[in-house]
Amino acid sequence: MAKMYQSNSSFIDEKMIRFFDIAQSSLLPLLEGALYYTIPLTFISFCIGLILAVLSAIARISTIKIFQKISRVYVSIIRGTPLLVQLFIIFYGLPNIGIILDPFPSAIIGFSLNVGAYGSEIIRAAILSIPKGQWEASFSIGMSYRQALKRIILPQASRVSVPPLSNTFISLVKDTSLASLVLVTEMFRKAQQIAARENEFLLLYAEAGLIYWVICFLLSIIQMKIENRLERYIAK
Amino acid sequence: MVRVTNLIKQFGELEVLKGMELNIEKGKIVVLIGPSGSGKTTFLRCLNVLETPTSGIVEIDQKVLDFSNSVSKKAVIQFRSLTGMVFQNYNLFPHMTALGNVMEGPVTVKKIPKQLAQKKAEELLQKVGLANKMNDYPFQLSGGQQQRVGIARALAMEPKVMLFDEPTSALDPELVGEVLKVMEDLAKDGMTMIVVTHEMRFAKDVADEVIFMDGGHIVEQGPPEQIFNRPQEARTRQFLRVLE
Ligand SMILES: Nc1ncnc2c1ncn2[C@@H]1O[C@H](COP(=O)(O)OP(=O)(O)OP(=O)(O)O)[C@@H](O)[C@H]1O
Ligand SMILES: [Mg+2]
Repeated sequence: MAKMYQSNSSFIDEKMIRFFDIAQSSLLPLLEGALYYTIPLTFISFCIGLILAVLSAIARISTIKIFQKISRVYVSIIRGTPLLVQLFIIFYGLPNIGIILDPFPSAIIGFSLNVGAYGSEIIRAAILSIPKGQWEASFSIGMSYRQALKRIILPQASRVSVPPLSNTFISLVKDTSLASLVLVTEMFRKAQQIAARENEFLLLYAEAGLIYWVICFLLSIIQMKIENRLERYIAK
Repeated sequence: MVRVTNLIKQFGELEVLKGMELNIEKGKIVVLIGPSGSGKTTFLRCLNVLETPTSGIVEIDQKVLDFSNSVSKKAVIQFRSLTGMVFQNYNLFPHMTALGNVMEGPVTVKKIPKQLAQKKAEELLQKVGLANKMNDYPFQLSGGQQQRVGIARALAMEPKVMLFDEPTSALDPELVGEVLKVMEDLAKDGMTMIVVTHEMRFAKDVADEVIFMDGGHIVEQGPPEQIFNRPQEARTRQFLRVLE
């Protein structure tokens, strides 16, 4: 009886050692995945997406019907279909019509289009939230529509959009895990590979989850700092 | 300097200005009074073309805009530069300092070099008594200070006529004086001004002419002592009585 207990205990010890061993040895590859893929994917997609978002928002509030329409359809399609389906169409679908893209650019395109569509709604709402008096004051000192938009309205609208855009950004960090399914070796795909090799699924997925959480936690602290700073420079 | 002929403004079915006529000589101060909803704000906004009049002719400094014909955006922007507008709630740009607010028009619209524009903006802020507040943001300024920045911002574009829409009515009583003082100084400098205000003391002391407006047209106009002491129209008398 005592012997059995002992062997069992050493079995548990061994398991623990192996557990920590894998946790430790997988940390570096996971962080590499985050550093080389997850984070660049997030940043690049967010930047391109923001440009798309601003253009789409401006098109949407313009008086030119065709621009409005294009923007509306774009936003509707992207928001009305699952991100995973979009990624699959770009990576696995487009080759059927001769467009073959590597995993990473495919993911960039997918995520950028996504940020563009959600950001478009955010920025449009922010522009509309700037009091009419700001437009009128701009016009009254002789500005054109473009000048007013660029110098007066967008700078304020961008401040208004910081909180919702930060949320989009944080969602994006997490959404990049979907890129694993179009073969980008970002953090979660690395986790899958190591988990399969070591047969330690719970450990690896939890570890990946923990790293996502740390990244998002740090980002939300930065978000709070920025928001506090910007709030007072917006017309009420 | 300003001549308005048969100016009509409709919002859909509602006719707000029913054929306004006005003639103001250079350097004159005109105060516009009248009950709420009589069209005072709409009239100023038409002169500044923030509203497009339905029809009528506006002439400022020998430049004419006839709204019976359609007018181009470019013509509107050019015409607008003849007037400077001061708003009831200041409408300062909150993301720019006082100096930035005043420089914005000259730099962005007139493409004046930054250094030159800054020098001019500093002079203007000095003139409105804000030499020590140049680098403050609007949220750091009192209402009276903000409105003075608003005046400097309009002046920076060197308008021929200044339009004031109740410039002091959003202010705490103790701050009204400092804004009126700036306006009086401006009048002394020979600026042509149209002022919508409830400050009857300002009207009595500074105005060359007082216009009483009701229901979208001018009921009575004349020098302040006539309007306030010997009003001819019953409607004017009634309005002034309520005011007191
Ligand atoms: N954009 C608009 N659309 C429809 N109606 C308008 C618009 N702007 C003003 N009006 C109407 O025009 C009339 C005149 O308004 P205006 O603001 O010119 O009056 P006011 O003399 O400035 O009044 P107050 O002393 O209250 O400022 C009002 O009946 C108002 O409801
Ligand atoms: Mg008004």
